[in-house]
Amino acid sequence: MSTHVETHSTWQRQAHGMLVIIKKNALLYYLKPPVLIFGILFPVFFFLAFKMGRPIAATNVVPGMIAMALWFTASAVGPLVTPWERQARTYERLISTPLSLSSIILGDIGSGLIFGGCLSIVPIIIGLAFTDAAVTALGLLVLGIVLGALSFATLGVLLAAPPAASPSNIMLLSNLVRLPLLFVSGVFLPIAEMPGWAQWVAPISPLSYAGDLIRAGFGQAPYFPLWLSPVMLIVFTAALIAGAHKFHRRWRAKGL
Amino acid sequence: MSTDSPVVIDVRGLVKQFGSLTAVNGVEFDIRRNEIFGFLGPNGAGKTTTVRMLTGVLEPTDGTATIQGHDIRTEALLSRAHLASVPEEANVYLDLSLWQNVMLMGQLYGVPREERRRHGAELLDAMGLLDRKKQKARTLSKGLRQRLLLCTALVTRPEVLFLDEPTSGLDVQSARLIREIVRDLNQNGITIFLTTHNMDEAEQMCSRVAIISQGEIAAIDKPARLRSAMRSSQYVEVEFENGPPEAAALGGLPGVLRVQSDAGRTHLYSEQPGRVAGEVAVFARDRGLGIAHLSTCRPSLEDVFLHFTGELKEEAAR
Repeated sequence: MSTHVETHSTWQRQAHGMLVIIKKNALLYYLKPPVLIFGILFPVFFFLAFKMGRPIAATNVVPGMIAMALWFTASAVGPLVTPWERQARTYERLISTPLSLSSIILGDIGSGLIFGGCLSIVPIIIGLAFTDAAVTALGLLVLGIVLGALSFATLGVLLAAPPAASPSNIMLLSNLVRLPLLFVSGVFLPIAEMPGWAQWVAPISPLSYAGDLIRAGFGQAPYFPLWLSPVMLIVFTAALIAGAHKFHRRWRAKGL
Repeated sequence: MSTDSPVVIDVRGLVKQFGSLTAVNGVEFDIRRNEIFGFLGPNGAGKTTTVRMLTGVLEPTDGTATIQGHDIRTEALLSRAHLASVPEEANVYLDLSLWQNVMLMGQLYGVPREERRRHGAELLDAMGLLDRKKQKARTLSKGLRQRLLLCTALVTRPEVLFLDEPTSGLDVQSARLIREIVRDLNQNGITIFLTTHNMDEAEQMCSRVAIISQGEIAAIDKPARLRSAMRSSQYVEVEFENGPPEAAALGGLPGVLRVQSDAGRTHLYSEQPGRVAGEVAVFARDRGLGIAHLSTCRPSLEDVFLHFTGELKEEAAR
């Protein structure tokens, strides 16, 4: 009985700690310049570069715009937090608190999830207000945004693991990963219309599945079977969490 | 602190290897409740690595330790719940206010809201920071940040406090305040693990000190006992009015082990400094020499430190 109570209390404490980490990250990192540049300005300029002067129906662009915004925003917070804390000399105290590494990692993932999920509302409102796009399957749209934000945020936290001299090195690394995946994920061009090699590569990107669900939410034909996308996003998230755990544990004391 | 006090930290055969480098090699010691335990060593001796293992930042390669009975390897979270640490290079969150910094650390340790608010205010007040509680921490000087760091550690009500060079680089006033606060904390039942380069600080504050060199404990005892163990480092300091006589004459006095001169003053090392002082007085009278200064000196903790760290280096060289 006492063991059960202790375990329950430990779980409660860790869950509470995770929420404290989310709050700390929101206070400290949501408005940091790298998050604003790579999380908000990047997708806006990518969208403008893609859309301006091209004869593409606006309704077709909206799901891709939302998926791209979600990709950048949800994965922008994670790569900043740990490198910033290392550089600011606050990381050692954080990892010597009675919080498990899992709680810290899940807290960082939660920060990206909330940031990405909340900001994805902006392109949805713009799309609904200024184009003929309409949500026909709200459940699929929400599923795509939530699972997408979760896996993208986890990718961001995994990318934060390597010890780096400065946060900008990790932001560069994260863009080296995010940008190529962006172009093979059917955001700008439906996967079915992409070259053969790109269609082979598309399934290795979580963005492909999240984008597909969002597209289905707007009544467009999905490329993957509808059941496959949520499953793949959950598999991606689980694998990325395992990787984040492994590498954050391995490198936690490096560069302190 | 008495030897009957319960053991708070018990370190057994702690080893840490980084590749082929053994940074800490079989370190063992225990710390009892209410001790201020000094941990001394030259740069690269393994001090920080040992502290990082005890505070859960690094995993030991071998051996283990318990903090309040909780194993740092198998009950890491429970062991960390009893401690707070202020690492040397640590900083507060510069973009948070002083109040937010203190509350954040209280929340991370699960301190109930009312308690952390009340205790946080008391701590900020005691450190002279309450009037600035709404300011961003980046506006504080280094000394004030160190005080704030201490507040963030203490709001968690730790039973063991790890302090790594807490007064390093601080102005005299801040350093003195922090030493006073540490003594008060200790009197209120907190066990202190103090890593320092400052030998005077260690001598004044610590009930026991351990000297670590090349990853191994070279000596561990009360500062006074460590000094008395070095009887050959006691000396008589003498200054003659018209300059020192030849060293050979002084070196021939009974009980003198060796002679060292520096800036007009001569140090006569001996295991019996009282007897040698008497011999010097007779020597001066017989030769008609005036004595400007004569005193007996015991070895400082710095001498002890140099003795033990030097000894280990010689052993390693052999």
